[in-house]
Amino acid sequence: MSKIIELKKVNKWFDKFQVLKDIDLEVNQQEKIVICGPSGSGKSTLIRCINRLEEHQEGNIIVDGNELSENTKNIEKIRAEVGMVFQQFNLFPHLSILDNCTLAPIWVKKLPKKEAEKIAMENLERVQIADQARKFPGQLSGGQQQRSAIARALCMTPKIMLFDEPTSALDPEMIKEVLDVMVDLAKGGMTMIVVTHEMGFAKEVADNMIFMDEGRIVEKARTKDFFDNPKSDRTKLFLSQIL
Amino acid sequence: MNLIAKPSRDNIKTYVPIGLFLVSLSFLDVFINAFFKFNLMGFLPSQLSYFLPLILGFIGFYLIRIEFSGVRSLDVLNKNINSNNFNALLTLFTIFIIIKSIPPMLDWFILEANFVGNSKDDCTGDGACWVFIKVWFNRFMYGLYPNAEQWRINTAFLILFAIVGVSFFVSEKLKKYFILFLVFVFPFLGIKLISGGSFGLEYVESAAWGGLSLTFIISAFAILFCFPIGVILALGRRSSLPAIKYISIGFIELWRGVPLITVLFMSAVMFPMFLPDGTFIDKLIRVLIAITLFEAAYMAEVVRGGLQALPKGQYEAAKSLGMGYWRMNALIILPQALKLVIPGIANTLLALVKDTPLIFVVGLMELAGMIGLAKTNPKWLGMAIEGYVFAGLVFWVICYAMSRYSQNLEKKLSTER
Repeated sequence: MSKIIELKKVNKWFDKFQVLKDIDLEVNQQEKIVICGPSGSGKSTLIRCINRLEEHQEGNIIVDGNELSENTKNIEKIRAEVGMVFQQFNLFPHLSILDNCTLAPIWVKKLPKKEAEKIAMENLERVQIADQARKFPGQLSGGQQQRSAIARALCMTPKIMLFDEPTSALDPEMIKEVLDVMVDLAKGGMTMIVVTHEMGFAKEVADNMIFMDEGRIVEKARTKDFFDNPKSDRTKLFLSQIL
Repeated sequence: MNLIAKPSRDNIKTYVPIGLFLVSLSFLDVFINAFFKFNLMGFLPSQLSYFLPLILGFIGFYLIRIEFSGVRSLDVLNKNINSNNFNALLTLFTIFIIIKSIPPMLDWFILEANFVGNSKDDCTGDGACWVFIKVWFNRFMYGLYPNAEQWRINTAFLILFAIVGVSFFVSEKLKKYFILFLVFVFPFLGIKLISGGSFGLEYVESAAWGGLSLTFIISAFAILFCFPIGVILALGRRSSLPAIKYISIGFIELWRGVPLITVLFMSAVMFPMFLPDGTFIDKLIRVLIAITLFEAAYMAEVVRGGLQALPKGQYEAAKSLGMGYWRMNALIILPQALKLVIPGIANTLLALVKDTPLIFVVGLMELAGMIGLAKTNPKWLGMAIEGYVFAGLVFWVICYAMSRYSQNLEKKLSTER
């Protein structure tokens, strides 16, 4: 398996506050990584750096062979290959679900409309929401919206999917329908980095677990080792509180 | 005892008929007084008879103010116009004023007004002299545009209305071309038709243009151009590039800080001084540019309000899908931001239309300007009220139509539940 994402000694500050401290991380193709940690530990910032929604100040981030920096001219091209799912869904409320899914393929990847719609319907089918394609985001439940958002990201046929707390804004009974979609996606061989507090999901799909605190990666381990046999005290404390 | 008890469901059978009778009596008194100049209560001492409708109405409203009366219409009435003594008084005053003001308005506008004739001497009544409007109507519409050539203005506007009308009935795809034609081709075609100078059409200089047609021409062009400029300025003001940002801020604040009348004056009088000798830009074009840039500054701030109202997540979602700055703004941000600020945009455009009369400072006369000219004609002195009432009505119709259109647009574009 080959490396698809590589972070070397990444540091980032918001003004004077350091959010990321010496982050080293390698992600292989088809690898599934779950990042957990207390709020404010920098886990969202970390994955937002990977598609450069946030800029890092020190270190290197290499995504699919392209180094991200201020001079990156083709940042849009890299972003098109990295799908992102947000906590707040961020669907485009002025467009129908179908148009949400076809917009970027048509305008960024220059697909013909017919083909984009075909791909969109396939992906909506996959997240089991094809019957809602003509509706607007405001007419759907939270779980349906988040599944649409996943479908929208998939329509760009990304090589990597980033999930930024995808179930945190959902009612409890809707969490499962979104997690089911993500499990299905993981089994399909997608490279995934997921920030979540859903430890059941982590145990089911993650290859590796990362625990972050105060901007550092405190522990990175195989999923089984991470839960059965955490090394650092901080991780133990965290796990004891959320499990 | 029963008669002074508080109105309630128990005495509803006696109180409501008495109350309604008293209220009706008070309205009837005012009505007969206003329309037939006859005082129904004239037999009473003058002060009492003056206030009697108010007193009767007030008592009547008090008697029918029964909570949970069980009669639906009575409850609705009480809730809306008779919820307490103060509101009852306000209701009475409002209705009295309306009744009182109808007869004089009716007299002035219609009953005592003059419609027939061709000179001021034909206006013998006490009311409005609509003859003035009739005689000058042609000028009010076309300004000093030669009569024989006015068909050109008519044709231009007829084509415009025809295209707009037909576009409501064609398919979405065809509609797109109609709109493109209307925005990018028609304005210049229309202006060529009106100004002439080629295709065998006699040249009519812009100084002769005027009246309502000029109001429309200036408004239409200013709206057409100020909108995109305003959007670009709004984006510029939020740009992360300092040069673009500060140029936009400077531009907006400069134009917003200056009265339109000054801007117009400068465009017509001072601007030509800075031009090299021999170059000449038509006065109308200079004025148009001035109004456009002036309104664009306002438009920019309205649009910026919409841009700021959008959650950051919309920008991030667009970026994460690989959209660059222009695609993100054109496909995601602006459609939502502009929809949010339709009321503000309508506001600015209405103000623009109503600002057009200011072009009189540079000697161009649209509708209000032509009226100003006509009322100083020695043969038609004293016609200012008729003229400006007419101008007011015309402007109101235009602006109300725009306002309704913006409300429809808002409804049509709404994707909320």
